[in-house]
Amino acid sequence: MEWDALLLSRLQFAFTIGFHIIFPAFTIGLASFLAVLEGLWLFTKKPLYKNLYLFWVKIFALSFGMGVVSGVVMSYQFGTNWSVFSAHVGSVIGPLLAYEVLTAFFLEASFLGIMLFGWKRVGPKLHFFSTLMVAVGTLMSAFWILAANSWMQTPQGYAFAEDGTMIATSFVEVIFNPSLPSRFAHMVLAAYLTTAMVVAGASAFALLKNRALPESRTALRMAILMMVIVAPLQVVVGHESGVVAHEYQPAKVAAMEGWWSTRPDQPTILFGWPDETQERNHFEVAVPGTGPLLFGNAPDENLRGLDDFAASERPPVWIVFWAFRIMVGMGLVMVALGIWGAAWWAFKRLDTARWYHRALVAAGPSGFVAVLAGWISAEVGRQPYVVYGVMRTADAVSPVTAESVALSLMFFIVVYAIVFSAGALYILRLMSRGPDTVEQPPESDQPPGTPLGAAIEEAR
Amino acid sequence: MTDLATIWAVLIAVAVFLYVALDGFDLGVGILFPFAKDPKERDQMQAAIAPVWDGNETWLVLGGGGLFAAFPKAYAALMPALYAPIILMLLALIFRGVAFEFRHQGRNRGKKWWTIAFAAGSFVAALAQGLVLGGFIQGVTLVDGAFAGGPVDWLTPFSLLVAGALVCGYALLGAAWLVFKTQGELFERARGWVKQLALLTALSMGAVSLATLGVDPRVTERWGLTMTSVDWPVFIRVMPLPLVAGAICYLLWRGADQRRHLAPYLYAVGLFFIGYIGLAISLWPYIVPFEMTPGDAAAADNALSLMLWGAIPMLPIILGYTAYVYWLFRAKVDTDAAYH
Repeated sequence: MEWDALLLSRLQFAFTIGFHIIFPAFTIGLASFLAVLEGLWLFTKKPLYKNLYLFWVKIFALSFGMGVVSGVVMSYQFGTNWSVFSAHVGSVIGPLLAYEVLTAFFLEASFLGIMLFGWKRVGPKLHFFSTLMVAVGTLMSAFWILAANSWMQTPQGYAFAEDGTMIATSFVEVIFNPSLPSRFAHMVLAAYLTTAMVVAGASAFALLKNRALPESRTALRMAILMMVIVAPLQVVVGHESGVVAHEYQPAKVAAMEGWWSTRPDQPTILFGWPDETQERNHFEVAVPGTGPLLFGNAPDENLRGLDDFAASERPPVWIVFWAFRIMVGMGLVMVALGIWGAAWWAFKRLDTARWYHRALVAAGPSGFVAVLAGWISAEVGRQPYVVYGVMRTADAVSPVTAESVALSLMFFIVVYAIVFSAGALYILRLMSRGPDTVEQPPESDQPPGTPLGAAIEEAR
Repeated sequence: MTDLATIWAVLIAVAVFLYVALDGFDLGVGILFPFAKDPKERDQMQAAIAPVWDGNETWLVLGGGGLFAAFPKAYAALMPALYAPIILMLLALIFRGVAFEFRHQGRNRGKKWWTIAFAAGSFVAALAQGLVLGGFIQGVTLVDGAFAGGPVDWLTPFSLLVAGALVCGYALLGAAWLVFKTQGELFERARGWVKQLALLTALSMGAVSLATLGVDPRVTERWGLTMTSVDWPVFIRVMPLPLVAGAICYLLWRGADQRRHLAPYLYAVGLFFIGYIGLAISLWPYIVPFEMTPGDAAAADNALSLMLWGAIPMLPIILGYTAYVYWLFRAKVDTDAAYH
């Protein structure tokens, strides 16, 4: 392995996008959660929902800010570090990213201003509308970026121009490429689950500390409801995503599963230590013959193993294999916690189940771990290609010096370490304090934004 | 019928100008942070931009993303050439961006640190953008459309001069914005800043203009000048531009002097606009100076037209709700400005 501009650029991209994805994964779900809270508050007028909204909106502001600044980095890195890629695919995925800016980024950024600072300046309905717009913006953004990424995984609808660059023959085919539906659904559900786990963890922590009891009990139930519905659904969607990957990116799935040889009756490997030189797994623990069950192949139809691909066409097996297992493991933890919580809820023992609360606090970050592991297995799994089967990562890198990239990578590591640990500290500090539960004077049932409501806010 | 590449070149130029006019005042406020009297004044300064900075910065994403999408070959040629200043800008914008929230989350030491980070981030981001602009104007070394120069080609006395001028110009925009958005003592202080910065910006813009003439003979020719002679008909046609710039500087100074509220900011934007036109005269039709025209660098026609179909409805909508947000937050900042 040589420490050249290629390897360093790959590390830099992995590092910066790894940090970035943490924030959208959280804010996509949180924006929707805030919209639901504000809607409930408008509908029921219970101050509890307003207290929850005002609590989570602070955490949203911090996370969204970090998502924005780490996201701007991404829009320039395609050019600084992957200029050959940019020049070759710009005509195909460029418009998708342009649509992301036009339909999502401005919407989020502008209405965020009203959401955070407009509480006293607009009526409650318009404020709710702003929260909704932010939530819609996050989902649109996810759609476009997943469309671009999915096209890179399962490209179609393109041709080569005379100068060797790629052009779209059909943008409908480019956008609605085979892996988009399952991967978009998988990501949105992942974002919702990530948020549910954080909300559940923070609420359980408050309950353990006897703080903001009505608020925390309500938020905990909302999170459990999300978990118990979405976690099992995510297993189904994730499986579907795997089936699509198996059809279009068989080498990726072979690495995820740890299949070295091609045969019809592949095992399901629970544990193992893939060894790329000996082309086998050490310490393998497997359930034999379950492959056809998962992938629905006929008894005489082979499931391709890594031996079906030249070594130069294989992704790094160990990373993909383990990242995949970590993701699945976290998913199963969420399914279990959802069922456990629903059971306590049904038996009316949810608010006193201390061990369950402790488990939720421990599982608070499980969504982030799952999202990161999932993306690692998806992105490392499509190597050595940046556009699967079409353009190799090694051919995509910019003509910049290794020294430049080493220096920039170093700076990114230092700056991100400072900024994101401070951000994490502030978020955890807010969470440990819990929602403010000021007893509302009766007349402040007036919605904020109305003249009277504003006057009361002013007076307080 | 103009072609798609030209339309997109104009649209991206508009996006970049909006970025400069809008985020320029955000960065300028950050640059002026060290000159505030006390922490309370700094809170007011930040409150004057807090609801809008994120939307303003999005124009930079549209500029960069738009360049990638509409002119992938120009994007691929310029970004590696300007690698270091672009990365520097991104890192500085990170500090600037998170500092809005972090300043209010930090306790004593934290707040002090994020105050410095906000000011330094704004200053370095402005400086880096100036280096990018300078490196862009002086041109990049390309072989077969790919960058083939060295990692510090962008660093020249010229690019440093442009960077210094841009910092002055952003500070001017920031000061003028504060005149518009603040009251009392800070309003008076901001008026003083506008007067000083108007002079400083006029001088540095003049210096940059003269230096740009020396960048390439083709630029000099655009302005009707060669080493030995003056092409009078051309010279007379472009001569009004520096004169108008001078007049705007005077109006700007007078606006601040006469305690006008919005006028100084509008004049400052006007000054930037004149500079922008001057740049266009010097460089048109190059999107990568002296190497690529929009036509050379453009994405496929179907990509450009797909994007145009998106931009035609979306840009007016974006401008509409952006204007609404500005209208909503049109009031002057309270002297005891509290965060959300």
